[in-house]
Amino acid sequence: MNQFNYLRADGIATALAEAAQPGTRFLAGGTTLIDLMKLNVERPTRIIDITSLPGLDTIEVSATHIRIGALAKMSKVADHDGVKQAAPALSESLWRAASAQLRNMATIGGNVLQRTRCTYFRDPGAYPNCNKRTPGSGCAALDGINRNHAVLGTSAHCIAVYPGDFAVALVAFDGRLIVRGKTERVIAADSFFLPPGATPQNENRLLPGEMIVGVEIARSSALQRSHYLKVRDRASYEFAAASAAVGIALEADGRTIRDVRIAMGGVATRPWRLRTVEAALMGKPCDEATLRNAAAGAVKGARSHGHNEFKIALAPKVVARALMNAGGIA
Amino acid sequence: MPGIYPISLIVNGTRHDLKLDTRTTLLDALREHTALTGTKKGCDHGQCGACTVHVDGERVLSCLTLAAQAAGRDVRTIEGLAAPDGVLHVVQTAFVEHDAFQCGYCTPGQIMSAVACIREGHAGSDDEIREYMSGNLCRCGAYPHIVAAVRDAARRVKSGAPV
Repeated sequence: MNQFNYLRADGIATALAEAAQPGTRFLAGGTTLIDLMKLNVERPTRIIDITSLPGLDTIEVSATHIRIGALAKMSKVADHDGVKQAAPALSESLWRAASAQLRNMATIGGNVLQRTRCTYFRDPGAYPNCNKRTPGSGCAALDGINRNHAVLGTSAHCIAVYPGDFAVALVAFDGRLIVRGKTERVIAADSFFLPPGATPQNENRLLPGEMIVGVEIARSSALQRSHYLKVRDRASYEFAAASAAVGIALEADGRTIRDVRIAMGGVATRPWRLRTVEAALMGKPCDEATLRNAAAGAVKGARSHGHNEFKIALAPKVVARALMNAGGIA
Repeated sequence: MPGIYPISLIVNGTRHDLKLDTRTTLLDALREHTALTGTKKGCDHGQCGACTVHVDGERVLSCLTLAAQAAGRDVRTIEGLAAPDGVLHVVQTAFVEHDAFQCGYCTPGQIMSAVACIREGHAGSDDEIREYMSGNLCRCGAYPHIVAAVRDAARRVKSGAPV
């Protein structure tokens, strides 16, 4: 690990002012940053500990919105009664992630910004070639062991999966990120994450020196009747092989789909919203055949890289099963 | 400045005034600078749970916590679990009675995690115990006995044993 200065910020203004200097990283839960610093992937020269900033760890469920401060711990949000009641998929996406210890440390803002688990990205000693770490150096995963790599949203420069769960739920339900720098701005979660393209080092629209201060999600019937299904190599404490955040609202007849939201995780370079599949289901009956038929479109344009072909077969089944669960027919 | 800085850690109620490198994790501070070697270093990357301690009453991983982040906060390790007269904590007793370990290396982390798991109310069934203890790996595979010990300790806590 390289040497760094450590400062504990006591106010947002101080933290933002300090962050203007190059080589600075905000430290919250540290579950990604400290890990990657030990691996020499992250090499900040200044660390601003923001865990003591006041007022950023609130969880508020109003009649219309859920608002979560960026420093709220994953465990607190997952166990929050209002969140569980209004947004089951948000709660599930959190408690099915990581471990109890990590969820007690990791914050909502940091969770959104967690970096890929690509084994080549995480091992600069053995694999100097990584376009995400060192732009232009190549991608070791393309011809490497890529069973856990993306089949959607990839480019010739990077096939690393976005590893998070919570952001998948956020994208499915049109969540928004509140970001503060020189001014405060609001960014739709779905447009926050960038596809790798030719610049995989740019992962999102956060500008240098900006800080996520919170997330907000509008309440809806689909969110109330939502589900997060996570399929993985072991039953707990593992990243998704494929996951789906879904929500369904039915007409008064109890079977016609009035609203549906779907996003996938574990298969793409960013949280992957399925607007075409959603559109195909609007006004249709909520039955197994219809859901499975529509879910087949989830992997349109998917491409395998040798070892991850199974994700193309798995993802539609995960989407279909999640929809059946949310629709009450599983 | 990078380099050595003074820091006060409060571990099991005792204050330790130390001089540490900014890079020192809470785990290394405990093991190398306060001579509390009960907390174990397994993977050192937040993947095994051997380094689990409590900070302000919550279970966290000391390997991914900078010592600087723990300054002034209440740190509790396996050494601080038993009563001052040596009487074991109810979870420690349950681990002994259920033979919930083999080599014992993961045990301090398992026990610190289990104490918190019960306190959080996440030990209501075997499935829930398995889910909420999943961050503590045991390479000897003592899981069935660990689950039995946590279940038994949770029952004793429910009937009045101190947590």
